[in-house]
Amino acid sequence: MADAAPPSKSRDLDKLLLRPGNLVGPTFDPGVQLRDDLQEYVRVLVVGAGGLGCELLKDLALSGFKNLEVIDMDRIEVTNLNRQFLFRLEDVGKPKAEVAAKRVMERVSGVNIVPHFCRIEDKDIEFYNDFNIIALGLDSIEARSYINAVACSFLEYDSDDNPREETMKPMVDGGTEGFKGHARVIVPGVTPCFECTIWLFPPQVKFPLCTLAETPRNAAHCIEYAHLIKWDEVHSGQSFDPDNPDHMKWVYDEAVKRAELFGIPGVTYSLTQGVVKNIIPAIASTNAIISAACTLETLKIASGCSKTLSNYLTYNGVEGLHTKVTEFVKDKDCLVCGPGVLIELDTTVTLKKFIDMLEEDPKMLMTKASITYHGKNLYMQAPPVLEEMTRSNLELPLYDLMDKIPKDVLHATGTINKDDKKSSGLRKLRVVFRGIDGVTDMDMAGGA
Amino acid sequence: MIRLFKVKEKQRETAENAKDEAVRRKQTAGELRLHKDISELNLPQSCGITFPNGKDDLMNFEVSIRPDEGYYHGGAFLFSFKVSPIYPHEAPKVKCKTTIYHPNIDLEGNVCLNILREDWKPVLNINTVIYGLYHLFTEPNYEDPLNHDAAQMLRDDPKLFESNVRWAMKGCRIGDTFYSQCI
Repeated sequence: MADAAPPSKSRDLDKLLLRPGNLVGPTFDPGVQLRDDLQEYVRVLVVGAGGLGCELLKDLALSGFKNLEVIDMDRIEVTNLNRQFLFRLEDVGKPKAEVAAKRVMERVSGVNIVPHFCRIEDKDIEFYNDFNIIALGLDSIEARSYINAVACSFLEYDSDDNPREETMKPMVDGGTEGFKGHARVIVPGVTPCFECTIWLFPPQVKFPLCTLAETPRNAAHCIEYAHLIKWDEVHSGQSFDPDNPDHMKWVYDEAVKRAELFGIPGVTYSLTQGVVKNIIPAIASTNAIISAACTLETLKIASGCSKTLSNYLTYNGVEGLHTKVTEFVKDKDCLVCGPGVLIELDTTVTLKKFIDMLEEDPKMLMTKASITYHGKNLYMQAPPVLEEMTRSNLELPLYDLMDKIPKDVLHATGTINKDDKKSSGLRKLRVVFRGIDGVTDMDMAGGA
Repeated sequence: MIRLFKVKEKQRETAENAKDEAVRRKQTAGELRLHKDISELNLPQSCGITFPNGKDDLMNFEVSIRPDEGYYHGGAFLFSFKVSPIYPHEAPKVKCKTTIYHPNIDLEGNVCLNILREDWKPVLNINTVIYGLYHLFTEPNYEDPLNHDAAQMLRDDPKLFESNVRWAMKGCRIGDTFYSQCI
């Protein structure tokens, strides 16, 4: 039976956390201890303090999480105010993360939110390892891809290629575009990571340059002409900054001239911003729905009080309303979250010998391998200019080339010969050096 | 899913473990895919590639093309490539650094090649893009003009177009424009 809980602010939450149930997750252990631990120990990072970020912070605080941090590089703009409800007119120009953290702390007692006004790339990788769950309220593929790579880099696999649970860094990702949105749960090693399913994102609409230059047919063509062609013609060398209002105004004025020339209606300043910055009108309630779904998943992951979303929810409110949950599958060869091929080596093995070994290794069967290690190209088979620059590495021990790190990940590209068929392939390899102090077993780091 | 006892354990451990693990650069999936593209490059004699930032920056490179037939025979044209971290979801950004008299390349170096914009697909690669660029020199196309005057000339007076191309490649002036000497 449930513990007798003292009356608490989290009365509604207690109904979930203090009582057992039939639909709970496998690790659920109800009781006051769980509730208190959840509040004391679980640390959640919210990435983005925009439309979704504001909602996420508010929802997470109201769901009883007490240790939150938020990271965002943007300052508040007046056009944010219709939906980013933590901000007021007098906040325009201030960092979003700082204002959002302050406002939520003012309204929800007991919550502590640490703001970080910087780019996500500015933080050390270890910064991200401090959190138990990362909630994403982002609007770009680049940023998602980066956070995903960071979170997956903490993942370790054991010698049987099973992911080690204590190294999993769960992410909850939300995204909205107008009336549409998605919420997904990414548990690296268990559910597909962002990179496994990057094809889900539709390609950006790009107009042919010659259409822009010769035969514009709509307002967007006129705007892109001013943005992509006219800007360079006039401002040689100066790059266009979409966040600079003077730049935007210039593009707008040029687009209007262009539109008049071709008799095209519809060029407005806000459309110019929309086309140039790829903005789709944001709708407050879509953010609210998606954020609520993400926050619930965060609570479920942290507490085990219910099974989690498996694993991708889409919401579409364009015509009527449609929601659907799809269970996507992992790409077993994913370069970012997959285990890679485990290879044990002596510290004396040279790069040349290692490349030869990949031909024989039954798990690899790769000929003509090029090797890259954390952005350092150790050996390149082509083009000749790079082959020449990397050739001298061939005679060096791989252990030295890998900075004498006893176990780490590298990547190999080459021709894979399987079942008499040749195909080109890119593989992740987990290299372990034998007989090095500190390696007690074969477990080793994963990640890209 | 998070077992809380492990969370707590970890909190105790982190202080001790935070020492080793040198900070290493994150290699994005885009960089890895580009690594594959580059290591499999198979360029004709007429094309060369250089890496101005050294062997470890593959995301920025330059390609030189020396067409061995057609109007531009004998010239050498330099293109800069800038590849995004989400490559191949996004096409590489390509600019022509040689000021050239060409119907599909404007004086700012913008290139009108379908696979660089509207027809880019993640299955394409750097090799295909370079072959696409090469194709622009053997088959300049007046139907997709970026340099309007050059396109009109190619369509209406191919002989004069040809002599303009030779003239421009010698670094001379056509109209108000000085072209790069590249022959």
